[in-house]
Amino acid sequence: MIDMDKANEVINRFKDLEGGLLECLHGVQQAFGYVPKETVNVMADAFNLSRAEVHGVISYYHDFKTNPEGRKVVRICQAEACQSMGSRGLTERVKDVLNIDLGDTSADGEYSLEAVYCFGNCALSPNVEIDGKLHARVSSDNFEALLKQGDGA
Amino acid sequence: MTLIIEKDYGTPEKKSDKNIDLNIDGKSVTVPEGTSIMRAARTIDTEIPSLCASDCMESYGSCRLCLVEVDGVRGTPASCTTPVAQDMQVKTTSERLTKIRRGIMELYISDHPDEDSPLNDMAQLLGLKENRYGKQGHNHLKSVIDDSNPYFSFDASKCILCARCVRACEEVQGTFALTVDGRGFDSKISAGTDQSFLESDCVSCGACVQACPTDSLFEKRVEEIGKPDHSVVTTCAYCGVGCGFKAEVKDQEVVRMMPWKDGQANHGHSCVKGRFSWEYAIHEDRILSPMIRDNITDPWKEVGWDEAIEFTASRLKDIQKEHGIKSIGGITSSRCTNEEVFVVQKLIRAAFQNNNVDTCARVCHSPTGYGLRETLGTSAGTQTFDSVMESDVMVVIGANPTDAHPVFASQMKRRLRQGAKLIVIDPRKTELVKSPHIKADHHLPLLPGTNVAMINAIAHVVLTEGLMDQDYIDQRCDTDAFNQWRDFILDPINSPETVEQYTGVAASEVRSAARLYATSGNGAIYYGLGVTEHSQGSTMVIGMANLAMATGNIGAMGVGVNPLRGQNNVQGSCDMGSFPHELPGYRPVGDDEARGQFEKEWGLELDPVPGYQIPHMFDAAVEGKYKAMYVQGEDVAQSDPNTHHVEAALNALDCLIVQDLFLNETARFAHVFLPGTSFLEKDGTFTNAERRISRVRPVMDAVTGMDEWEVSCRIGRAMGADMSYDHPSEIMDEIARLTPTFKNVSFDRLDELGSIQWPCTDDAPDGTPIMHVDGFVRGKGNFIVTEYVPTTERSTRKFPLILTTGRILSQYNVGAQTRRTKNNVWHDKDILDIHPHDAENRGIVCGDKVLIQSRMGETVLEARITENMQPGVVYTTFHMPESGANIVTTDNSDWATNCPEYKVTAVEVRQTNRKSDWQEEFDGFSSSTRHIAE
Ligand code: SF4
Ligand code: SF4
Ligand code: FES
Ligand code: FES
Repeated sequence: MIDMDKANEVINRFKDLEGGLLECLHGVQQAFGYVPKETVNVMADAFNLSRAEVHGVISYYHDFKTNPEGRKVVRICQAEACQSMGSRGLTERVKDVLNIDLGDTSADGEYSLEAVYCFGNCALSPNVEIDGKLHARVSSDNFEALLKQGDGA
Repeated sequence: MTLIIEKDYGTPEKKSDKNIDLNIDGKSVTVPEGTSIMRAARTIDTEIPSLCASDCMESYGSCRLCLVEVDGVRGTPASCTTPVAQDMQVKTTSERLTKIRRGIMELYISDHPDEDSPLNDMAQLLGLKENRYGKQGHNHLKSVIDDSNPYFSFDASKCILCARCVRACEEVQGTFALTVDGRGFDSKISAGTDQSFLESDCVSCGACVQACPTDSLFEKRVEEIGKPDHSVVTTCAYCGVGCGFKAEVKDQEVVRMMPWKDGQANHGHSCVKGRFSWEYAIHEDRILSPMIRDNITDPWKEVGWDEAIEFTASRLKDIQKEHGIKSIGGITSSRCTNEEVFVVQKLIRAAFQNNNVDTCARVCHSPTGYGLRETLGTSAGTQTFDSVMESDVMVVIGANPTDAHPVFASQMKRRLRQGAKLIVIDPRKTELVKSPHIKADHHLPLLPGTNVAMINAIAHVVLTEGLMDQDYIDQRCDTDAFNQWRDFILDPINSPETVEQYTGVAASEVRSAARLYATSGNGAIYYGLGVTEHSQGSTMVIGMANLAMATGNIGAMGVGVNPLRGQNNVQGSCDMGSFPHELPGYRPVGDDEARGQFEKEWGLELDPVPGYQIPHMFDAAVEGKYKAMYVQGEDVAQSDPNTHHVEAALNALDCLIVQDLFLNETARFAHVFLPGTSFLEKDGTFTNAERRISRVRPVMDAVTGMDEWEVSCRIGRAMGADMSYDHPSEIMDEIARLTPTFKNVSFDRLDELGSIQWPCTDDAPDGTPIMHVDGFVRGKGNFIVTEYVPTTERSTRKFPLILTTGRILSQYNVGAQTRRTKNNVWHDKDILDIHPHDAENRGIVCGDKVLIQSRMGETVLEARITENMQPGVVYTTFHMPESGANIVTTDNSDWATNCPEYKVTAVEVRQTNRKSDWQEEFDGFSSSTRHIAE
């Protein structure tokens, strides 16, 4: 359960602003690190919108996260160059290892997995970032080792 | 007979005083300013291909298929988003356009399954032969199908993201259940917050299914049964909105019901019940053969029609011989056609030779008839539904249109989104009080039973603050009556500050609401059973009419006093003379001239003395004076208050005749069961809440082998009355001859005009959408003093809570129809709503079984805790027979019309883990009296 008082406090700050939903979403994300599911109905009610409409706005902007970030964030490039070097297969492998989907956080809160569209390191595709550190030429075989490495450090 | 394909003009109609002339492919056309090129082209039957446009929603411009060339304009503008301009030269076909259109289609098709579908048809039409992209790329072809909704499925693989569904849900229905989720290639249509349709806010109206150009949203029944081959235009048999439908039929089987675009009450929209929940009509529970039995404990014996009619007529004659002419009578149904109701009241007046006829409107809208006639002169609402689009402020009192009159609610919401103001007077926080894009300016959550105090307080503010329309009053209303009423209203006993103690609503809120109503322009009052089903139901109807007259809000578009009628033909059954004191057209039985007309037409003498009302029938039955009753399509054992008393009365009858689709609760006590016909078999007319008479046309032959009107007529003939018609249109002709307000109504005229709003006279040969335009029907508008008399049903130490009742969208009244459809996925039991405080005090948690006790009886329901209730008030629906909600309701009733006080019962609620005694007994008795001999 999230702290609903905190959520209400943020939402109340924005609710009377014309078109305040976007700012409100940023406020909520700032307060919680993501936009908790539980706040969607409250925002819908505050802005007199439907929950579908609020969901539409959240999903439109890549900036908004709908899950709390895990202690370690794994980001995999999904853009052209990396794709041509096998990032699709790699992504499937990573999903298996972490047992989560893109955009999700593992149940124990350990990992989150995010898609990135180009790190600007195309020459060394495919690229994966683990906990802020960029790894080039990652393969299905060495990913686990890289992950452990991070853990051990 | 063919399948009706309605024309879609692509963008909504625009109204403007200024006309624009332009030229499309060499043809000139003139349209109002603001019209799109697409609409202009389609008015002259020039087709422009399109996918994302539809005339029931604003244009969106996403598919780009509708591109055209315009002289002097660079590029290829989309015809759906580009308005016409004077002397514009438009070209809708060219090689360039064909190439672009094919290119677009090619992209769509590369991500679209190969099966038979409208999108593939469109591709073919555009001459697309091959596809350069193939279907190997990254695509959506493997998306999962959402078939959580019982009536339609969503297959995202066929979706082209034109968002017509999203826009239909918003603009047409007003629910906002859908959204475009994400963006770019990853975007998809999502219900709610990426939920299934069933979990989302979707109310299953089907507008999105109707709007979808690719069959991604698809009705399951069409998949099962196949494409229809012809359409029959008919009228919904559920609520008083009376939506027009095209029944789309294959042989004699209905494939689907499509809301009819030309239907004046619904303009092509519908709700879940009308569009999807008609399958009860072909349900296996329907009884197809007449049945008789000597005692209600005997099993039913199936017999032929001749035997059933002979048995009925001779029993009735015997009873009359033994107990007198007045010992028998009947009840007409608001679910049946005007023609069917007319013949039943004729059966009673002409064959039974008395006036013991009443109708189920007794228990719902009888105060409407009384109150509006006494003040304005006509027993009917003043407006046409479309009038609401010109209202500036709406007052909704004791009505929950989003559940009970959904299609009209969508229209109200559309007007509210355009900026009209809204005042809701209701004990509960209904959907109109607050829902997406809707927010009432004032919600006055009064205590049930205090309506009259509230309306007086509002009038008090209007008069003391000088907000009345004195010119209107002087010109159109009875001055003495007004002065008397004014003196009464001005008395401080009616001030908001004084009545606050009864209503529980802050005086300042009442004051602001009154000012808003009186000063915002066109003010329209809409009300429902929360007004009529009270001991002061008639007084309240009068109170609203007083207020509307005083503010000049009657006799034009956008204003009025409007009952939202519960059943499809409540208005009609009342019009057809179903009251013990009134002949068709509301003329007193004691009026020699009116009665004389009927005597002449029917060739016999009629009883000038009014007969029994329903409650009197029950009382007389218990006393042993009333011995036989003919009940047409109504379930009094479930729907009428104080079930114990009703059951005792039915038990005391020597002969109970029930005419219905199903063996209902009342039939447990019956000796004769006459199987009725569903609206899919009926040929006749219904009259909706706006006095609109619409045709009901048969889609299939009567599955019982005999039309209902014919059954009633044959019983009449067997009892010696002359009742022969070759066709129901002849019954309407007789109604027209005998009823001045129906003078020019006939099946032919109805077929020609689509529908007719009565009065339809020589002065108004096409009918009358708005009443009282040049003055009130009764002459001068009559103000009547409305003193607030608190109901005797009050909360006490023993029964500290007030129970009020209502209904929900997916179920309909006693549920005889909707319980026999897939609608049970939304509501399969009645639930008691209770405020958190009241629940906490009693240690009740959500989902607990609770015992509800009143001074009349007790029943057990499941509790739901909700802040939509105010403390001290509990609420339930009455759709399920085993709930026995009317076990607890009392025998209080409206002083003028005996309409029962369903809306106020003092109760106590506590936790329990068993069924009530009545419910136990019900389970046993219910199966023992339903037995049909093999
Ligand atoms: S069925 Fe009606 S309420 Fe449900 S999503 Fe479609 S348009 Fe909206
Ligand atoms: S709104 Fe009423 S009349 Fe219209 S479809 Fe629904 S139930 Fe039928
Ligand atoms: S495409 Fe992956 S880093 Fe640029
Ligand atoms: S119909 Fe005009 S852009 Fe789709």
